[in-house]
Amino acid sequence: MAKQIDYKRRHMPKQEPFERVKNFDEVALGYTEELAREEAGRCLSCKKPLCREGCPVGINIPAFIECIVAGDFAAGIKKIKETNALPAVCGRVCPQEEQCELQCILGKKGGSVSIGRLERFLADWEAAHGKTETPVMAALNGMKIAIVGSGPAGITVANDLALLGYAVTIFEALHEAGGVLTYGIPEFRLPKAIVKREVQYVKSLGVKLYLDYIVGKTRTIDSILLEFDAVFVGAGAGLPWFMGIPGENLNGVYSANEYLTRCNLMKGYRFPAYDTPIKRPARVVVFGGGNVAMDSARTALRLGADESHIVYRRSKEELPARAEEAENAEEEGVIFDYLTLPMRLIGDERGWLTEIECIKMELGELDASGRRSPIAVKGSEFRMKADAVIVAIGNSPNPLIPMSTPGLAVGKKGNIEAEEETGKTSRERIWAGGDVVTGAATVISAMGAGRRAAKSMHAALSWSK
Amino acid sequence: MYRIIERRMIVPNLHEFIVEAPEVAKSIKPGNFVIVRPDETGERVPLSVADWNSEAGTVTCIFMQVGASTAKLARLKPGGEIPTFAGPLGRETEIQNFGTVLCIGGCYGIGSVFPIARALKEAGNTIYTILEARSTYLLYWQEMFKPISERVIEITRDGTSGYKGHLTRLPEILAMEKIRPDRIIVNGCTFQMMKVSQVTKEMAIKTIVNMNPIMIDGTGMCGVCRLTVAGKTKFACVDGPDFDGHEVDWVEFLNRRLTYNPEEVYPLHKSGCASHY
Repeated sequence: MAKQIDYKRRHMPKQEPFERVKNFDEVALGYTEELAREEAGRCLSCKKPLCREGCPVGINIPAFIECIVAGDFAAGIKKIKETNALPAVCGRVCPQEEQCELQCILGKKGGSVSIGRLERFLADWEAAHGKTETPVMAALNGMKIAIVGSGPAGITVANDLALLGYAVTIFEALHEAGGVLTYGIPEFRLPKAIVKREVQYVKSLGVKLYLDYIVGKTRTIDSILLEFDAVFVGAGAGLPWFMGIPGENLNGVYSANEYLTRCNLMKGYRFPAYDTPIKRPARVVVFGGGNVAMDSARTALRLGADESHIVYRRSKEELPARAEEAENAEEEGVIFDYLTLPMRLIGDERGWLTEIECIKMELGELDASGRRSPIAVKGSEFRMKADAVIVAIGNSPNPLIPMSTPGLAVGKKGNIEAEEETGKTSRERIWAGGDVVTGAATVISAMGAGRRAAKSMHAALSWSK
Repeated sequence: MYRIIERRMIVPNLHEFIVEAPEVAKSIKPGNFVIVRPDETGERVPLSVADWNSEAGTVTCIFMQVGASTAKLARLKPGGEIPTFAGPLGRETEIQNFGTVLCIGGCYGIGSVFPIARALKEAGNTIYTILEARSTYLLYWQEMFKPISERVIEITRDGTSGYKGHLTRLPEILAMEKIRPDRIIVNGCTFQMMKVSQVTKEMAIKTIVNMNPIMIDGTGMCGVCRLTVAGKTKFACVDGPDFDGHEVDWVEFLNRRLTYNPEEVYPLHKSGCASHY
């Protein structure tokens, strides 16, 4: 008898909005074993699984889903880890709706299998059961790899090359590993204990990790190359953009990087138990419509804001944030001011922000990005009160490495130029990948770039040997 | 972890501390700073570098006790350890043979201007040094400046040593001392750097200031250290910390430095008498 097709995605339990805005605990609670097995049971086990093609790191999705159906969770997580070193992270922050789940046949009827939630379930199951299995590792081959940055790209390269027998050392500029996973994404979306666990896993493969080590400053890449066979640069997109409008240096105006770093890395939300302060203003306005904007607006609510706004110049349809995150923000009471562009920030005599002058927008013709471009509506200027503005409109790559590495080709936006397929840069023995090459993108695309670079590095180094 | 070699109060509320940090010591240049965290709950505090010894692998900083984290640093003892000592950060001070250079230090800046003066001397400049403080008991390191300076001049607000008054007397003092600097370097509190820049602008002498804004990462990532220089926004941590003092928007800078003043003081209230009984 043919299998009855089940189009109903199983809901993942979440903290109730009125509860969760009062704490920094994770919003989503994850599937129970029963829910996970029900959800996995909806998979049609397609002969030609399109979902796998949608995954930037090519996880064998049907295989791990099959393990869940069979109730063999240990085998399931092992399957994932063959190609993904960070399942607990990816299960939480990947935009699955644009990748694996977009390709799912069931998705045509609006009910694609919840691949991300199942991945997360397996990773959490493994952590809860305390036994992390170390995969089979090749014997040390005597070659040394240096990795700059311990974010998603760097961790992936470290994982892949450690398994192949390289002695890997990661240099991290901050005092905690994880890059954007640690300083950027808030605790309520990605608990830091999970990031620590994943970093610990990579260290268990023999990877060395130096914190507070600023490559380009403490030591240059050229000096590192005297000691190591090759370098991978995954230094991220750590230079925040501002709008370039008057008043942006008023007190009370923050880059999203500053705001989130104070909260997440420095634990400002626990001030004064932690020394780093963070302001708790009553009316917060966030500029931008991506995931970072959502994270900032939701953080503001948790820090006690009465009102938290998102000011975005296009409409809801164009929001670059994941639908799930925008929905979470809306549920929690974030106010969305669409089709609105900030023009200037107004302060008091002590230099503190008080008001924002905005202008209304309407959508015109399609632009280069394929979205309808916003046009200002004449005479529609208005003011809104604000105690804080958080600018979340993007980042460009950190300049420290390009500045200190002669001959390393850099693009117009300060990004390191690297081949997409291999991560090779203009310099011998230097590879790069992730946001430092593409500008701010997603965790999984950085991991994909790391995977391709690791492959290329291995090919080049085994050839040279 | 980084081992503390020495930590002592050099003058009231200013501390000298020497930390073992070989990798950092190897790469330091005059004008650089480091980011220091006293413990796992501490803030990332930017401190100007006052001296270093690449062979011994040690770095010296002079810092003022202001908030919670510097209070923790002030309690460190030799043999103790701190989790973060990252650097060197920032661009180095421009060192060339400019001719005659006047180096001005105040507060912790007496310490941080020292390696700059030394490097400028080695580059062939004639060095004059001015040290400024509220009173004579707040001056230090005069002996270190003497061998590299033609003269070490003191200014105290109460007149307890050297000239009485403020650096606003600079034009007059330079005339009396017959010093015609081609360039002036100022390291010290914001107000002092602003005042010097104001008077030297009128004298048309290029003045380099070493800015000291609030920072978090110190690597260009957060932008809290931004300031306006010649009408453009700059990040002190990666574009500076040295800037032309005549081009800095001082009012904005002073405002921004006050952002977390109430929070900085808050933890100190909790360490008052009541908590010790």
